[in-house]
Amino acid sequence: MTVLAFLSNGTVELQGASGATGILKGLAAYGFWGYLLAALVGFALLFGIASALPILFTWAERRVSGRMQQRWGPNRVGPFGLIQALADGIKLMFKEDIIPAQADKFLFMVAPGIVLAGMVSAFALVPLSDSAVIVDTSLGLYLIAALLSLEVIGVIMAGWASNNKWSLFGAMREAAQMVSYEIPFGLCILLAVVSYGSLSLREMSLAQAGGFLNVGNWLIFHNPFFALPAAVVFFIAALANTKRAPFDLPEAESELVSGFHTEYSGFRFSFFFLEEYASMFVISAILVSMFLGGWNLPFVPGSAVTGSFGGELLAVFTMLLKSFVLVFVMIWIRWTLPRIRIDQVMSLCYKYLTPIAFACLIGTCWWELAA
Amino acid sequence: MTTGGRIQEHQEHSASGEREFVLDVRTQDMEINMGPQHPSTHGVLKVVIRADGEILTKATPHMGYIHRCAEKIAENVNYDQFVPYTDRYDYLAAMNNNLGYALVVEKAADLEVAPRATWIRMIVAELNRIGSHLIAFGTYGMDIGAFTPFLYGFREREWMMSLFEKLCGARLTYSFVFPGGLANDVPPGWFDELKRFCDVFEKKWVEYDKLLTRNKIFIERTKNVGVIPAGMALDYGLTGPCLRGSGVRYDLRESQPYLFYDQVSFDVPVGIGEMGTQGDCWDRYYVRMIEMLQSVRILRQCIERCEKDTTPGEIKGNRKKTLRVPVTEAYAGVENPRGELGHYLVGDGSDHPYRLKVRGPSFCNLSVLQELLPGTMIADAVAIIGSIDIVLGEVDR
Repeated sequence: MTVLAFLSNGTVELQGASGATGILKGLAAYGFWGYLLAALVGFALLFGIASALPILFTWAERRVSGRMQQRWGPNRVGPFGLIQALADGIKLMFKEDIIPAQADKFLFMVAPGIVLAGMVSAFALVPLSDSAVIVDTSLGLYLIAALLSLEVIGVIMAGWASNNKWSLFGAMREAAQMVSYEIPFGLCILLAVVSYGSLSLREMSLAQAGGFLNVGNWLIFHNPFFALPAAVVFFIAALANTKRAPFDLPEAESELVSGFHTEYSGFRFSFFFLEEYASMFVISAILVSMFLGGWNLPFVPGSAVTGSFGGELLAVFTMLLKSFVLVFVMIWIRWTLPRIRIDQVMSLCYKYLTPIAFACLIGTCWWELAA
Repeated sequence: MTTGGRIQEHQEHSASGEREFVLDVRTQDMEINMGPQHPSTHGVLKVVIRADGEILTKATPHMGYIHRCAEKIAENVNYDQFVPYTDRYDYLAAMNNNLGYALVVEKAADLEVAPRATWIRMIVAELNRIGSHLIAFGTYGMDIGAFTPFLYGFREREWMMSLFEKLCGARLTYSFVFPGGLANDVPPGWFDELKRFCDVFEKKWVEYDKLLTRNKIFIERTKNVGVIPAGMALDYGLTGPCLRGSGVRYDLRESQPYLFYDQVSFDVPVGIGEMGTQGDCWDRYYVRMIEMLQSVRILRQCIERCEKDTTPGEIKGNRKKTLRVPVTEAYAGVENPRGELGHYLVGDGSDHPYRLKVRGPSFCNLSVLQELLPGTMIADAVAIIGSIDIVLGEVDR
């Protein structure tokens, strides 16, 4: 209950406190130290959630890939091997932290932190239900896009600081890929902003309630000719942004050994690992909030999933379910498709995705004006 | 412009009237060791590449990391003792290696082999060819970035290996085909299981085709990449799928039939540039895929003939226990999964060779890399090395 109360009252608000309820908010009333404590507890909580989901996803990835490849996948540690990922995490924590002698030590040590920090912060901005949102600001999407692109800096730092030519290649590929795919990614976000007139993911989800069978207002159904292709473009750009196959060039195992994290081991490596899986969830959740109706369920009126505790719980569950489906699709794609070459990655972005996203954006403007 | 990194635009007008922009960006080549511990050099191959960004400007293959003096060892052990060493040149096609060595000794010592042994030799050679091409298929998928086909290939290869395990007790290095015959006859019921394998394998082959061969991304990655024109292929002495992928119809089983290959019908697939240019990576890959089906076709005929024409147990030829080769020279080439495996034997009347020269197909195929790689991208280099399908055990011997 404490957790939910904390979540639902949004303690770590950027614009300061208003209407103080909840334990942590109470803490904040004690001035600087109370505020610091609240922030630390909030961060610990956030970090906990941000690393619990990746543990689930690594398990899912290994199970799903196992099933696709006629293997079992992890099935020894805990029920269905669920604790395997945790065991691996503990193993990584206890491994020796190797820093190559010729590496730029400071950058090498800082890089994984930067990569993970951006992602964990982005977690705070993702609304799971009307009140289960840690930070609800009017600049939500803008902030998320900014935090997600922070990752590329960490990756370039890691690649450069490793003093390994393969790592450098990985970092350069990451830079080229991320910067390029930010364009269709951003255009699709703009499309959602145009449709809702808001940058807040929470308001987007609220706006998608109602309509035919309570799905009529989901953006992909509300504006099928432009939002549906845009959702697909966004998903592809999301794959590229999260470095998932077929866009896993920065860490292409068969080409660059392990790309930018070749020299990393132990818990620094696990940061990159957590980041990849956390970003899968964050981006899926954004996609769900923008295009797939957020926490709204078919047949269930929008008012039923906001306000009451049970309704909010259902909303959180719906949101997680929808995101998990998208994460599953990402896993599915990874174990099916080969990798694209770097020039094909670029031409896909600039020749296809960007024009399509632009057309969808313009079409949406027209659609919204006409409607 | 003199300072590095500045971009200069020369506005010139070409013949067609279009403006050409010459970008004077100063870049520096980077020399990188690709291997010997690189995941996609298929063993301990080292390719020293010079790369300008993602584009290779020069590539020099270095080999010799697992040189084990096989040819010198041959001069110091007797003929039968050398058989296990042949397993280890191309460890993915040990049966074919055994066969190549057995054939040259039989030719030099003028031994006769029982028909049943010959049929079984063809069966194990073709079955091993399927297993070897399955690795080629699986690892090629991995080189391109698709992990799942590898395990699909291994699923069938596992069955192939367990078949060999039932036959001779070994799963990788068989030492089954000996000069003058075989280690043993097939166990009861083995042919029936092999027939089931053939039936199942043809169905699974369709899966591979859907999963990897016709995958849009796979085709985009392999078509028009690493094109070896027929002339270049012949100049470099390529054999096997690398040569046939360039459209040259040369297969020792067809052009210089050994064993009973002249009594079975099969096609020799050649690259026709179905997806892009003739002789590109996709063609070489597809030649291997079709060869697997042709091997199944040969297997079926061999099993039928073997069961019909011969009686179980009659695998003994006319060799004596101690094998001596007279003062003579002989060459025998066999079509290995990777190309022509040639053995040149000089006998001196003793029970061990005076000299044994091995022509490994991978070694010759590898030589084309330094002509093929410059100008391609790093990802293409991986695709090209994979499509040549070398086994380093055979390159170095």
